[in-house]
Formats: sequence, structure tokens, C-alpha cells
Amino acid sequence: MADTRNNGGTWSGASNVETTVLGADEIILNMGPQHPSTHGVLRVKLKLDGERVVDSECIIGYLHRGVEKIAEHRSYQQFAPYVDRMDYVAAVSNGLGYCEAVEKLLGAEAPPRARVVRTILTELQRIASHLLWLGTHALDIGALTPVFYCFREREEILKIFEKYCGARLTTHAFRIGGLQYETYDGFEADVKRFCEDFATKIDEYETLLTENRIWVGRTKGVGKLSAEDAIALGVTGPVLRASGVKWDIRKAMPYAAYDQYEFEIPTRPTGDTYDRYVVRMEEMRQSRRICLQAVENIPSGPIMAKVGKVLKPPPGEVYHAIEAPKGELGYYIVSDGTTQPYRLRVRPPSFINLQAFDRMARGSLVADVVAIIGTIDIVLGEVDR
Amino acid sequence: MAPVPLDNELVQRLKARFGEAIREATLDRKQAIVLVAVGKLREISGYCRDEEKFDMLTDLTAVDWPKREKRFDVILNLYSFPKNERLRLKAHAAESEAVPSVCAVWPVANWLERECFDMFGIVFEGHPDLKRILLPDEWQGHPLRKDYDILKQDTAWVRENLGIESGQ
Amino acid sequence: MSHLTMPHLIPTSIQPYVLPVLWGVVIVAVLPLLAGYIVLLERKVMADMQARLGPMRVGPHGLLQPIADAVKLLLKEDIIPHDADRLMFWVAPLISVTMALLAYAAMPFGPAFQIADLNVGLLFILAISSLGIYGIVLGGWASNSHYSLLGALRSAAQLVSYETAAGLGLVSALLLAGSLSMREIVQAQYDQGEWFVFSVPIGFFIYLVGSIAETNRAPFDLPEAESELVAGYMTEYSGFRWSLYFLAEYANMIIVAGIATTLFLGGWLRPFPRFNDRLPGTSVEILDALPSLVFLGVAAYCFWLAPKQPVKIQKLVMGLVGGLCVALAAALAGSLFAPDAVRLGVHGGFWFMAKVMAYLYAFLWIRFTFPRYRFDQLMRLGWRFLIPLALVNLIAVAVALVVSQEWGWHPRVTTILATLATLSVAVWLASSDEKHETAIRTADGE
Repeated sequence: MADTRNNGGTWSGASNVETTVLGADEIILNMGPQHPSTHGVLRVKLKLDGERVVDSECIIGYLHRGVEKIAEHRSYQQFAPYVDRMDYVAAVSNGLGYCEAVEKLLGAEAPPRARVVRTILTELQRIASHLLWLGTHALDIGALTPVFYCFREREEILKIFEKYCGARLTTHAFRIGGLQYETYDGFEADVKRFCEDFATKIDEYETLLTENRIWVGRTKGVGKLSAEDAIALGVTGPVLRASGVKWDIRKAMPYAAYDQYEFEIPTRPTGDTYDRYVVRMEEMRQSRRICLQAVENIPSGPIMAKVGKVLKPPPGEVYHAIEAPKGELGYYIVSDGTTQPYRLRVRPPSFINLQAFDRMARGSLVADVVAIIGTIDIVLGEVDR
Repeated sequence: MAPVPLDNELVQRLKARFGEAIREATLDRKQAIVLVAVGKLREISGYCRDEEKFDMLTDLTAVDWPKREKRFDVILNLYSFPKNERLRLKAHAAESEAVPSVCAVWPVANWLERECFDMFGIVFEGHPDLKRILLPDEWQGHPLRKDYDILKQDTAWVRENLGIESGQ
Repeated sequence: MSHLTMPHLIPTSIQPYVLPVLWGVVIVAVLPLLAGYIVLLERKVMADMQARLGPMRVGPHGLLQPIADAVKLLLKEDIIPHDADRLMFWVAPLISVTMALLAYAAMPFGPAFQIADLNVGLLFILAISSLGIYGIVLGGWASNSHYSLLGALRSAAQLVSYETAAGLGLVSALLLAGSLSMREIVQAQYDQGEWFVFSVPIGFFIYLVGSIAETNRAPFDLPEAESELVAGYMTEYSGFRWSLYFLAEYANMIIVAGIATTLFLGGWLRPFPRFNDRLPGTSVEILDALPSLVFLGVAAYCFWLAPKQPVKIQKLVMGLVGGLCVALAAALAGSLFAPDAVRLGVHGGFWFMAKVMAYLYAFLWIRFTFPRYRFDQLMRLGWRFLIPLALVNLIAVAVALVVSQEWGWHPRVTTILATLATLSVAVWLASSDEKHETAIRTADGE
């Protein structure tokens, strides 16, 4: 990251070429931090032999804000808004993981009504995150239209969030111990209406892409990751499930209200880009299913547990993980008995999934690199924290 | 709520295999934590992956306790798919003590150890490419150490680069 | 030109040159404006397909957007890269634009509107459009940038491959026409009573795909794509030079649409050109009266919608559109009662432009629906699927013609059989291509 020279000679859209003498035909290609398709400030250095990628290196840290250090100087409640800014595309999930981790640290538990509302909002957020992924991934591969349809649907979800907590993107929707806001009048109706409309919309996206010969040609066989490689590289989330490992924290170690609902874990055998696409599309359908079940029957009762205003968890440590849209989002919190965490570590799914990029990109063509970056579904805020 | 000692079958097998290297086993908030000797970390990790089926390293991080003689806690969070079980391995490391790298056991440790090195200055011996990952290569200091003061770093930078006194 | 009589004021020595020059001036003057408005149309159609509105600010409903863009491009700073070859940098876009405009010389826009009725008109147009590739390659080379050159070479390779296929698709229609003169091709479609798209649909399909690739449009627009690594030959160009390339691209689009219309869609003929039934009591043919009636209907719909618009400016624009439709209907209807030459000219021009617009709409529609082909997939499609298919189609059509001549079978029967035979070959080619591609991928994609 220290090397920021521009050797290109001309302003060719931020592609710098440092032609070092490597092998007979090897060149190093730099997809700089500013590039339309790296989804944030990611720098990828590719070593190419002709059109094939021989080696690659991801250089990150452009968005590092020192969130973990900040956590040591804030109280538990004060830190909650910071958490949204990591994976800013799916802020509600981040908040859920953090609040539940601190609740485990305190030994408290959110009341049933809060757990169900949390589940509904988190699943809506999963749909929103996958929609953004789908739109931008399709745009990278050249399909200009799906992104607008996806954002149209995402708009509906963001409207629900705005009505609920006042913010669309960085929501700070949950509090430690439960919820701060009651659901607004018409919350159930809004969610139900969205879920009912959404089924036809997913079918629309599938019509545009799933059987399309060009889409299949651009995604099948691209960026393959086997199940052993995926587990060895610590990959989690849809990427792991597309490689054939049927594992989802919502089923393996249920949290919030997930143990009350019926849903499936989509998996695919091959682990290429097309499989990850299919898994995420199916996950959107399953999220919709969870929302419909949950919204039928939201229990009544308090929305906040009695945790007191000043939170001083007994000394000790806890690790709590949830299934965020990108993968396993874990919080490891060490408490020394004061109001501020002694150490707060975020296990970022995008950071660890990005490590698998080298394995996926090796041997593929340069034109596929953009598709591979898109298919991992990274958010640089979470990679760098 | 306080941590309680743990003596289940897993701990017994570990103790039987590694004896003194397994220093302590506790259960904190229903999560298993095993404190091990840092020198044997790679062997114990290999054993956990192969015999005990902890095939995924979920997270590798560190905690700084500056008042302790061995100031760093290196934490490995493991997960076993077949057993659906989590385990936390902890090791105390001194400031200039090299911690054996577990990259050979779980390749995911590559970037995780680089981040530990970047943030804490812990050197992992046997790591293929130990360099900073999140901060610029020429950064001085390791921010997540407790004696690293962000305010001091900021005022120093402002004084050096902008030539004025920071208003903090 | 033969349909019109010249005023006697013009000396006979220059009479043959007057009209061609006039049409030439009209084309060079109108074409940039037309290309600009086709860009606006593309943006509006794109927006409509993407559930949004498109340009709305400049002028009512964005109608002055092309003017604003043109002014902006003219006023932009002229940047030439430091190490670029200045002469070639200056010449390259000129070549592209000149060739694109020159090809209009043989393009018939109606029975009365053609600059030069060459007897090798089609060949002339194809040859001149091929020369446009020089503009691309020289532009990429003159930019002195690694990636511009690579993009230019890729673009040139793509153009050459797909022009071969497209040309072969055209030849299958030429077999039915029997002449290279654009005018006679349309005449042949009139004589045979059928647009060639119905006789050689596979040839039309091949030409459609080939023409999309020739004009660097999606899904074959990798050389121009923004989200790919290679930026393309146009990168170092800005301002007016870039707009010349852009103009050349859209002019090319209109040319290929014109060729497709002439060869396959019946040129300026209306649908069912030989169905001569007249309206009772008049000398007006029913099918000739239809367009004006349709436009009157559209105008009525616009006037009915206009008061329902929420904003005053939208009411105005709706009314304007209705008024335009009425004017068009009036022109079409009025020319029905004018001398033959005028009637043929107006209606022929109308039908030609309508078909060109429909073809261009297909281009736009395809662009916003499909993702982009990768370069190796693009070349594989051209060489392993399209060219063999075009050859097979050509042979099948030739055989069909010979059979219908020698054995006396009805040409429609033989062409249908030829189409079916070619279709089965196409299916076989497509499936073997897929198998080959998966084999390649699994082989070296480990």
C-alpha cells in the first residue's frame, strides 16, 4: 500500500502498469484502489501470463478506521452505532451480532417480542444486502438493467427501516437488551406486502439471468472453490454453501428467533460463480419465507430486558457469531468489569472470504477477475474496519 | 457468571496427549477455553484439527495485558463441523517471544496472523509473508497495544505534517 | 432522381449533379442531429426499461439534451497525450467519420432519395464501412497507450470476424435478389411479393448478430466497456474528437439498419406490397391509408391523455406529440392524393425510416437485456458458430434456388426446407460449441 506511483504514462482510467522484468511474458497488472468494479477501495495486483492470472495479491487497509481501538474507549451502548459502519450494506445484521454478544456477556436475554422483530428486520436486511450484491455483480458482468430493478426493491425495504428507526442505511436498529422502538402501526402490513410482491420480482431477475446463455457462459466454471479449500480458508456464508458445505449458523447454533421458523439452507455442488449466484437467489427466497412466518405471529410483551442504564458486565470473555449476509460475523468481547470493553474483536466475514480470492482467481482469465471479486460479495468497510 | 474450571473428555484427552502444555481449562459463559503453552501451539493445533476434528479456524486474534509479564493473549477460535462445537485456545506470549504460526494447519491464519502482527507486533514464526496488512507498510507502532495512545499519535502527525498544534 | 423533373432554370450540364449534391448536403447536415437524437432515444428507452425516466431537465422531457451535449463537447479542451503521434491522432477519427458518412452515398432512403444508384451499391457500402476499421486501429495506436492499442486490436479483430459472418448472411439474400444494386434488391422483393426475411430468416438472424458486433454494441461491446480492465481505443480522446468517434458509431448503426432494411425487410415497400385492393370508391389503396389512420389514432390518444398529466409542461409536450402525429398523418394522407412520385416518395420514406427505427430499437432492447460476452467467448461464437452457420445457410439457399429452378418446385417450399435444414445444423453447432467450451474450461481452469 505504500507504493502509490503512477507509471502508466497516460491517464488510462487508473490502470497502472509497472512492467517489471519477470518471466518471458509475465506482467503485473494493478487494479488500483479506484476502479469501477472493485466495490470499494480494494487494490488487486495480478501477475499475468498473457491472459491468465498466475498469481494475485489483494492489498487492503484503505478504509481502516481503527474500530477495535475505538471500542476500548467507548461504553457498550456508545459503541453500538460504530458497528453499523463496518458492513454498511447490512447494518442491521452487524447490530444484531453486537447486541446479542453483549447480552451474552451480561447474561441477559432479549424478550421474545424483541427477538422476533429482530429476526424480521435482519431477514429483510439480508434480502436488501443480496439485492445490492446482485445488482452490482450483474453490472460488472455487463447486464445493465438488473441493478435498477434490485434497487427498486431495496428501496421498499429501506422505507420500512426508515419508518421503524428513522435511518435507511446505518440503522442502529437494536439496543443491548432488546429494542428501543416499538414497531410502528402498519409494520406487519408493510412487511407482508413487501414479501408478497417480492416473489414475482425474484422470478423476474431469474428470467433475466439464470438461464441466459451469456450469463451462464460468464459465470459457470469461473472462480471455483472446492469444499476442502473453503473450510481450510475459513470461508463462510453463501460462498461456503455454494461449495457444497451445508452449514448455516441460524440452524447450527440458532440465535434470535430462528429456531421457531422453517426454512431451508440452499447448497450447490460446484463452488463456481454461477453456484454462488443460485445460492444467494435461493437465500432471498428463504428469507422471504422466514419473514412471512415471523410476521404472522409476533408475540406481545416488553421489548427491552431489564439490563440497567450502566452496563458493567462481570469480567470474562465471550465469542458470539451470527449468520450475516456475507458469512459468519463474530464478536469476541473481553470485559474487565468496567463500562468499556477491554478488547472487542470483530471477526469479519468479508476479510476472511477475500483471502480466498487468490485461490479462486489463479488460473482464470483477466476478464473473469472482475466477476470473481463480485461473487465473493465483500464490503470494504468490513474488510478493513 | 464467573469462569468455572472445565474437565470434560476433550480436556482430558488433551491433557493426556500434551500433559504440562495444557495449562488450564475453563468454561466461561458456557464457552470452552483451554490455555496452552505457546511453544506447543502448532502441535496442539494440528492435533485439534486432525484428531479432534476442529477443521475450521474461525478467528485468530490477540489481547494485550500490559501489566502481565507475558503481555499478550493469543486467541484461536476453532469450530468443528462434524461435532458442531466451538473451542477457544489461548496462549500467553511475551512481547518479543515468537509465536509459532498455524498457517500450515489452517491456511486462513495467513491474513489473521498478519493482522495480529500489524496491530500488536506479535511475530509469528513460520509465517510465509509476515508484513502489515491494514496499515501502510511504513507505519511505526502497533495500535492495539494498550500503551499506544491515539491522541498522541494524532497530535504528533499534525505537528509533523501540518506544522500546527492539534486542537485536541 | 428519375421520378422528378428538373426546373428549366438549371443548365443541363449540371442537372445530373444537382440532386445528388442536395441529398449529400442534407445527409451531412441532418445526420449528426439524427445521431444525437438516436442517442437521446437510447437513453430514454434505456431508462424506460430500467424503471426510471432518463434525461428530463434539458428542454421538455430532455428533448434538448443532444444539443446540450453537442455544445459541451465542442467547447471541451482538446487534450492530446504527450507522446501521441499527432498526425495519426488527428486523422483517425476523421477516417472513421468520413467512411461512415461516405457509405450513405449508396443508401436508398426511399424511392426518390438516393445519392447514387450504383449497380454495385451494396458492395460499395460494405467496402466503405470496412475501411472504417482503419480509424479504430489508428486511433488506438496513435494514443500511445498500452491499453488503447489492445482495445483497438480487439475491436478490429471482432469487427473483421463478424463482418465475414454478416456478409455471408447478406449473400444468402443476394442470391434471391440477383443484383447488388440497392434499388434492384428492393424491386426483387416487390416482384417476389415477399420480404426476404421470410425467405431466408436465418440469413437475417446472422446479419442481425453480425451487425450488432460490427457496431460494437452490447452484448459485444467489450472493447468499450467501462467496468473491464482494458479501456478501449477511445480512451485518450476527449471533446470533439471523441464525439466524431461517437458519431461514426451511430452513423454505422444507421447504415447497418439501412442495409438490413433494404436486404431483408423490404426497403421502402409497405407490408404486403402487392395487395392492391382500394378503398371503395377511391383510388387509394387500403394499406396505404392505414398508416395515416394509425397515426390519427395515436394523436387522439395523446390528446386524450394530455389533460390528465399532472404538470403543465407535460400537458404541453403531450399535446405537441399529438400535434406531430396529426401532422405526420396529414402528410401521409395528403400525399395519397398527390402525383405518384410524391406519394411513393413520402410513403416509401416513411416505411423505410419506420423499419430502420424498428431495427435500431431491437439493438437498444438487446443492449439492455443481455450481459456482455467475454472476448474469447465472443471470438469463439463468431468463428465456431456464426461463420459455419452462415456458410451452411448460403449453401442451403443456393441449393433451394437451383432446385426450384430445375425441378420447378415452388420457391417458398424450397426456402422453407432450406431454413429447416440450416436450423438443425445450427442446433447441432450450438450444442457442440457448449461441450467444447466446458471441456476447455475444465481442462485448464483446474
